[in-house]
Amino acid sequence: MTVAEVHAPLLSLDSVVHRFGSSLALDNASLTVQPGTVHALLGENGAGKTTLMRVAFGMLAPTRGTIRLRGAPVVVSSPAAALAMGIGMVHQHFTLVSAMSVAENVALGRHGLFHPAAAAARVQEISAQAGLALDPHAFVHTLSVGAQQRCEIVKALARDVQLLILDEPTAVLAPSEAAELLQWIRRFADAGHAVVLITHKLRDALAVADEVTVLRRGRTVLTKRAADTTHAELASAMFGDDARPAEVEHIAGTDADRDEQASAQTPATRSGTVVLAAIGASVTDARGVTVVRDASLHVNAGEIVGVAAIEGAGQHQMMRVLAGRLAPTAGRVTLPADVGFVPEDRHRDALLLDGTLDENIALRGAGARRGRLSWGSLRAATADIVTRFDVRTSGVSATARALSGGNQQKLVLGRELADRPDALVVENPTRGLDFRAIASVHAALRAARDAGTAVLMYGSDIDEVLALADRVYVMHNGAVLESTHDRDVVGRAMLGGSTI
Amino acid sequence: MTSDGASVRTQAEVSSGRRSLATMLLAVARVAILAGLTITLLIVLLLVTGHDAGAALSALARGAFGSWYAITSATLVRMVPLGLAGLAVVVAFRAGILNIGAEGQLLMGASAAGAVFAVLGATNAVLALPLMLLCGMLAGGAWAAIAAFLRQRFGVLEVISTIMLNFVALSLMGWLVRGPLQEPTHIAPQSTSLPVSLHLPTLLPNSQLHVGALVLVMLAIALWWWFRSTASGFRVRAVGANAAAAASAGQINVARTTATAFVLSGALAGLAGSVEYTGVTYALYDSFSPGYGYTAIAVALLAGLHPLGVLATALLFGALEAGASAMQRDAGVPSVVVSVVEASLILAVVAAQQWQSRAVTRAEASA
Amino acid sequence: MIADMSLTSGFLDATVRWATPLAFAALGECVSERAGVINIGLEGAIICGALGATVAAGIAGVGAGFVAGALAGVFIAAIFALFAVWMRADQIITGTAITMLSLGLTGTIYATYYGANGVALSTPTIHPLPIPGLSAIPIVGGALFAQPAITYLLYVLVPVVAWWMARTHAGLALRAVGEHPEAAIAAGIKPRRVQAAAVLFAGATAGLAGATLVLAQAGTFVEGMSAGRGFIAIAIVVLGRWRPWGVAGAALLFGAANALQSLFQAMGWEHIPYQLFLVVPYVLTLVVLAGASGRAAAPAALSRRDIGAS
Repeated sequence: MTVAEVHAPLLSLDSVVHRFGSSLALDNASLTVQPGTVHALLGENGAGKTTLMRVAFGMLAPTRGTIRLRGAPVVVSSPAAALAMGIGMVHQHFTLVSAMSVAENVALGRHGLFHPAAAAARVQEISAQAGLALDPHAFVHTLSVGAQQRCEIVKALARDVQLLILDEPTAVLAPSEAAELLQWIRRFADAGHAVVLITHKLRDALAVADEVTVLRRGRTVLTKRAADTTHAELASAMFGDDARPAEVEHIAGTDADRDEQASAQTPATRSGTVVLAAIGASVTDARGVTVVRDASLHVNAGEIVGVAAIEGAGQHQMMRVLAGRLAPTAGRVTLPADVGFVPEDRHRDALLLDGTLDENIALRGAGARRGRLSWGSLRAATADIVTRFDVRTSGVSATARALSGGNQQKLVLGRELADRPDALVVENPTRGLDFRAIASVHAALRAARDAGTAVLMYGSDIDEVLALADRVYVMHNGAVLESTHDRDVVGRAMLGGSTI
Repeated sequence: MTSDGASVRTQAEVSSGRRSLATMLLAVARVAILAGLTITLLIVLLLVTGHDAGAALSALARGAFGSWYAITSATLVRMVPLGLAGLAVVVAFRAGILNIGAEGQLLMGASAAGAVFAVLGATNAVLALPLMLLCGMLAGGAWAAIAAFLRQRFGVLEVISTIMLNFVALSLMGWLVRGPLQEPTHIAPQSTSLPVSLHLPTLLPNSQLHVGALVLVMLAIALWWWFRSTASGFRVRAVGANAAAAASAGQINVARTTATAFVLSGALAGLAGSVEYTGVTYALYDSFSPGYGYTAIAVALLAGLHPLGVLATALLFGALEAGASAMQRDAGVPSVVVSVVEASLILAVVAAQQWQSRAVTRAEASA
Repeated sequence: MIADMSLTSGFLDATVRWATPLAFAALGECVSERAGVINIGLEGAIICGALGATVAAGIAGVGAGFVAGALAGVFIAAIFALFAVWMRADQIITGTAITMLSLGLTGTIYATYYGANGVALSTPTIHPLPIPGLSAIPIVGGALFAQPAITYLLYVLVPVVAWWMARTHAGLALRAVGEHPEAAIAAGIKPRRVQAAAVLFAGATAGLAGATLVLAQAGTFVEGMSAGRGFIAIAIVVLGRWRPWGVAGAALLFGAANALQSLFQAMGWEHIPYQLFLVVPYVLTLVVLAGASGRAAAPAALSRRDIGAS
């Protein structure tokens, strides 16, 4: 082994440029990962973190720039090539075949004969070695989110990866599961491997990382040893100097005093009339599984009520019940005539992507409309929403697809709020948006609350829920409990702890 | 897969409910390009297969447009079933339903009209003709309703179920013309011919052009208006474009909207069958439809799923098929050559759409 | 009694004869659908295979005929793959166009080069090749083991494909692409490559189906002689619940329904409408589709187009 090899970093990305059409997703981004370390890659949504790592994993070809593995320049032409080089990646959206067993998923992408028993034994061996409990024979669709993540990691380990890239791995986990994962990451790195942890959470980054790199608008703006930096320095690197501290605080999950912040933003009166309510509501899905059980919850006029939960707790069904989009199988629901609804997946559930903006506005209330459509007034209403909610577009005849994610979300929010509904139900309203768009969505929700609308909000990000909500409920395994406005209490309750 | 029919459409077509003059001109240009492409393809094929392209093309032109008879009694007469079935496909595809079953629905429509005649006999045309067409629509709609029900209740892919139902309809018709509806001598496998009094009235003197052509034009205009200007037409388009968003954001009853569109599509195909029976063939037999229901898919797609566009593409295909017969008779060119042309047109349009949507994706990424 | 026996074995023999080309086409379609591609252009591959076999067998004999049939199927499947896999165009629309194209092309070529002077083309055929011992098994022996050699190829192909799907990493990759292409990509598999290979395999087996029609059965080419078998193959795949052995069984069922026609004629039951028996397998397919198990067996990403790079 030469001297150069000993000192060469495991992976280095030098001045990587990636261009989508005429826009630069990566603009001279660099990252250097040393063996035996955890390297946190920080940045807000849209900063280019995932794009940079997709370049490293061979999913995207860089327009310019060099990738070096142990000092030698390499071309990573595909995920297959990356895996062969010892680079593995666990994506934010899991890539598991649900109709296959854990062992089959782990074996995927290899060559030659497949021996089910040998494959299962290998999974058993790897998971035991790594301390990740996993049943090799279980079908993926029966696994919890945490177990699916373990399966993804075992998949990478089965390829003997030296470098493991994890994209926002804690986003789907409850706080204690997240802490466990971070501990595992530490052990994995201490054993001589390297980890790149993509996150927008300063808390996670500083809890486990040896080194930190911050991306802003596709550019590396800071690289430091974690021990040598502070929350404040990282936050200003992530958001630039023009970001308002209050917004930065909860987006980045810093340790501000949340109760104080919440009460400062909340109007004094909290005694409005009950607008939205569920009493003993249950939902049984098409497979006969009860996903919401005997749930009670109410929202008064003029308050934002937050719901925190880990994925799969029945929150989506609960939100749909209270938005009047799903009839409960049992129990009573009180709903006003008009409930606005902003679903989590706007591309799937809220927009006609290939429709024009006015067609998207016409969608609201389309189910109950009779007779002819008045496109003239619909166009005027669309223009009004575009102005009031600051939707950046070339005109009302543009397609929704042509809008950026933030502007699509403003359009949806504007549509749902335009007729001043008595109640508004929103799910993860800022997912995938940059901080300016996040700030304007939060402002719109607070403005609706202050105007007397009853707002019910589910967020997978516990910090965002605590920052926005006046009152908090927690859902676990289909049940709803009211919680105090305390991060630890909410975190425990998300996992089913009965400490409320 | 349930909403995958949406992917059939391109961006321009979803919003085509309201076309400006510019897009109208684009549509005209599109038809002109298609016609040009058709002729070019045909010449290439003729040359490759060693035929006299000049003689063949002039035979084709004569057969399609060469005389009053060719225009009114060949081209326009063939346009009617293609156009009606084409509208059936437009309604289904627009709603996100991949109805490949227009053929079977058409056969059921014709069979039902034949059954009405078998029951009523040679009776008053004013009563019997509308009843035959109505029953044709009902039967076509009912045939589609089977697939609609299977889709709704059990999630059965309509692509597969409608193909199955096409075979069932074909066998059913084969049985009818050898059994209950067979002509009285029981020799030929076909039904008793309709008496002249029960033929659809002709539109023009010295021609076989029947009132079905008028029905086609009126229905195309009506459907265009329905999609563009009514709440229920918009619902169908919204469900086809994105069923999940239509349900969640529009609070549209997706199941009911889809079922309605599916049955309407079947009814239009059934009408095509009963119109062809009462206006052209006057009898039922095994090869009653030379695949109108399948060609209709090409008609609808080349029209960009636009009801008025269907009039243009159905005319193009009607002319092609009329000309092909003349080409075979006068220039010895096998008439199936038009299938190659039709198929190539579909592939050309599909390729152009993919190219266009890639360009759109690139433009988005750079936005 | 003896007459009954020969009727039964005649019926079983006709069943296997009908089933052979159907099983070839459906086995290919099964592989293609497990990779997420529904190919209704299979009808086109069959008719192209039939014409290819006719032409080549006339020049170079039966063996060359089968090879040419398979190649003709691969050729037309390659056009389908170009549009439906490489360009990600709609599979149903592309398949419809491919079928029209093939029917038109074969009809034109046949009429132009062979049919114009009214001389019907007749080709050499292969004869039944009884397997000593096995063909003597009572009742089913003759039907299963006194068939043309091409049928025996099927007996080998079905278990091989079943084994390949379950016990090779390539088979695993095929199923992953049909279930969750993104997962396949993440594991380093290239969905386009897998799907193209599956489509070409289906083209080859459909071409063999067409060759079988000509070289083992009809002895001549007839315009449109595929007669909807490509569509029937799709029904067979559903009825066989996307599994090779199931496909083989379903093909026999469809074969039996068609064989009833000749049985009825032999029995003198011409007043029974055989068309109604032809309908039975289609209705059965619809029932299977409607059943919970039928739905669960369908590949999750069947006919999906929004698949990422590679």
